[in-house]
Amino acid sequence: MSKSKMVKISDISKDSDKLTSVAVEDLMPLPGDFEDKEWDEIPEETREQYACILDDVNILQIPLPKTTKEEEELVNKFINGMRKLFTKEDNWTFLTLLETTMEYCAKCNTCSDSCHLFEASGENEMYRPNYRTEIFRRIYKKYVKEEPLSKWRNGDVDLNWRTVARIGELAYRCNICRRCAQTCPIGADNALVAREIRKIFSQEMGIATPELHKSGSMLQLQYGSSTKMNKLIVRDNIDFIDEDFSEETGYEFKTPWDVEGADILLIHNAGEIMAWPENIAAFSIIFQAAGISWTLSSDLAAYDSINYGVFYDDVQFARTAILQAQAATRLGVKKIVLGECGHAHKALTVIADRVLPEPLKIPRESCFPILRDIVMSGKIKFDPERNNFPVTLHDPCNITRLMGIIKPQRDIVKKLCPQFREMNPHGPFNYCCGGGSGYAIMSRNNIPEWRFKITGRKKLSQILDAFSDCRGSEMKKYVCAPCSNCKGQIRDIFKRYDLFEKEQLAYGGLVELIVNAMVDVNPGYIKWGEEY
Amino acid sequence: MSQAVYLIAYLAIIVFISAVIKRIVHYIRSPLHVRWEIYPVAHDSKRASYGGGYLEEVDWWKKERNVSLIGELKVMIPEILFLKTVWENNRPLWYITYPFHLGLYLTIAFFALLIIGAIAQLSGVAAGPKVPLLMSTVMALTNLIGPVGFILAIIGAAGLIYKRLTNPGLRNYSTFSHFFNLILFIVTMGIAILTWLFIDPTFILARAFIVNLISFNISQINSSLFLLQVLLAVLTIAYIPLTHMSHFFMKYFLYHDIRWGDEPNINTPETDKKIGVVLNYPVSWSAPHIAGHGKETWAEVATFNPVAEPETGKEKVDE
Repeated sequence: MSKSKMVKISDISKDSDKLTSVAVEDLMPLPGDFEDKEWDEIPEETREQYACILDDVNILQIPLPKTTKEEEELVNKFINGMRKLFTKEDNWTFLTLLETTMEYCAKCNTCSDSCHLFEASGENEMYRPNYRTEIFRRIYKKYVKEEPLSKWRNGDVDLNWRTVARIGELAYRCNICRRCAQTCPIGADNALVAREIRKIFSQEMGIATPELHKSGSMLQLQYGSSTKMNKLIVRDNIDFIDEDFSEETGYEFKTPWDVEGADILLIHNAGEIMAWPENIAAFSIIFQAAGISWTLSSDLAAYDSINYGVFYDDVQFARTAILQAQAATRLGVKKIVLGECGHAHKALTVIADRVLPEPLKIPRESCFPILRDIVMSGKIKFDPERNNFPVTLHDPCNITRLMGIIKPQRDIVKKLCPQFREMNPHGPFNYCCGGGSGYAIMSRNNIPEWRFKITGRKKLSQILDAFSDCRGSEMKKYVCAPCSNCKGQIRDIFKRYDLFEKEQLAYGGLVELIVNAMVDVNPGYIKWGEEY
Repeated sequence: MSQAVYLIAYLAIIVFISAVIKRIVHYIRSPLHVRWEIYPVAHDSKRASYGGGYLEEVDWWKKERNVSLIGELKVMIPEILFLKTVWENNRPLWYITYPFHLGLYLTIAFFALLIIGAIAQLSGVAAGPKVPLLMSTVMALTNLIGPVGFILAIIGAAGLIYKRLTNPGLRNYSTFSHFFNLILFIVTMGIAILTWLFIDPTFILARAFIVNLISFNISQINSSLFLLQVLLAVLTIAYIPLTHMSHFFMKYFLYHDIRWGDEPNINTPETDKKIGVVLNYPVSWSAPHIAGHGKETWAEVATFNPVAEPETGKEKVDE
């Protein structure tokens, strides 16, 4: 073990430039010839402005305190927020879940090996799921719960500005995929602790990553979408997609808007409109071909399913979920169906279930069951030979481990893709793509480098292993990743390692595979390499 | 001294029961929390085998859920009896922690058998020259299970201490409490073995003590070693629910209410009522996107848009 990997609990408060650094030679090996370079330096301007004292990356922009008074303020605000976090009034949403993790963890570290960041980093101690939690627990027991002799019984940690800055940044060294929680013998949840720390910073200290907050949830509340598309722009864009893809596919279709009394309100991740219009078009083609009664809504936040509050802020989460439910209620639809976006699935279907009051309790479901029913119904003719290339399926954590939607998407790919193969492990035991909890939309400074080296490394390894019988540029291969965040992460990794060319890899959603196999659509809906 | 030991024993039992009740009541009385389940959810009888759930169905809210107690038992029994999650995810630790836990289980069984024997004795079933077969079986099992449990717990606890001291991944997270707890078990079980070996090989004294406890008959304890054993045993019993070791019963809630808590808010007026309560809790978070708009409750804050476009007629503030 290299020295940089050995980090003690007490190191969190030390007066040092960095807590740790992940050396390139310590990274988990990838299957094949992949080269990783040393970390790019965090720009000087960023270092002067923000507390960059954790490792080689800066994600949460915590203003660097310049005076002793500012240092004290940082600590006081954090501890005030932490105290609120443990009150039922301010944190009824997660208090019980958090308290049980604080109280009953046996510190057996059974969770460690389940974490893809811990594994990818070569088992750097900072990435151990319990490292962050143990620091937080010691602060909680000593300063919030004020247990007698806590320092002596539970272990001590010095609470200074460095501790606060580092634990805030450390909350952003987790994908919140909850694989660690899945393996905990007791039922403790270290991923939740990362999310709750993010909440203290956002809800009490007003510090959140700009991608999630200022350019994320706030834009969604202001314009209706984090893409900054207002309802006029979004309708224009969809009209353009309708025309463009009608021409390309030879299948004339029209996306319906604001249809009162429709059976289904479909909510896409609006990022798809900009980055993957073929996904938007594919939904419209399938729903039209199947004769579904459906609509999109041009109401505020109802044409963008994202809900970044899930990653860092309960208030922003609730505001967005309520707007989406209100839009559905106004249209009088029978249910909301979520498009291919994992966190949006979980946010509106599961978490909002105990947030939405009675008048807004409109049924909400995933797109995968209805897509499965359409594909199996015989309403649309398919030619699986059009999908006769190796296909593997990525399981978005929010949809599989956290919602139990495993089989519908498999029924589809097994019917339509003759060369389908699973990743190992898969289903509820999958690995995160590495973009989870908001990182997929972060491209600031060297964050992408971190996403490639650490968070996305295990997924890349899994993908390559799934295609171990057809590696190289000779054969076209497809990674089905039915989630916008996951697609963004996979796209960036493929680009970084030149895998579009070297491995003839393509990635996309599930609906693209469905349309690609539709007899009534021109062949070649899915594109590879230069066809993009 | 004997009187004090009896008094401590009664107090220890009261502390144990009170602490268990307090933790459970605290959990049950905690406010409604959001759903945060993790799959596989064991009670989904149709889909648990591959990790699926009812959300795989179109119009799932119109369909009956398959909640199976047998499905839960199929997970909980191997989990409780064999620590299956540790076996699957942390095999090196299992080889040590399982003997420890098995030792504790056997010790609990030993106590249960002692109590059964004591009750039988009090009711006259076990008295006289002809002891019924069932009771002689209970006594034989007591004689067997007790020492085996003590020895396994000592081996496991010693192994855990060694592991926590030598494994860097565990050393970092091991506090005074861990070592104190493990040493307490070693000492308590060690004294129990010495008592069994030298003073009470068939647990007649131990059963008699339980008989006296049940019948409030404060009689003299003549052996110092036995007295020490009783003291350590009751103090350990009282101590366990005051620590993280209370996971042995709180795990029920962590699994059933959180990990498997997939009950949807459909036709559940009780949940709607609770949502109504929590949405009226006051919010005191200080960040500018939450505070300073004159909104006080969760309902007000969550339905307020701090950056609404001017045409909606609502306020817009800078972040």
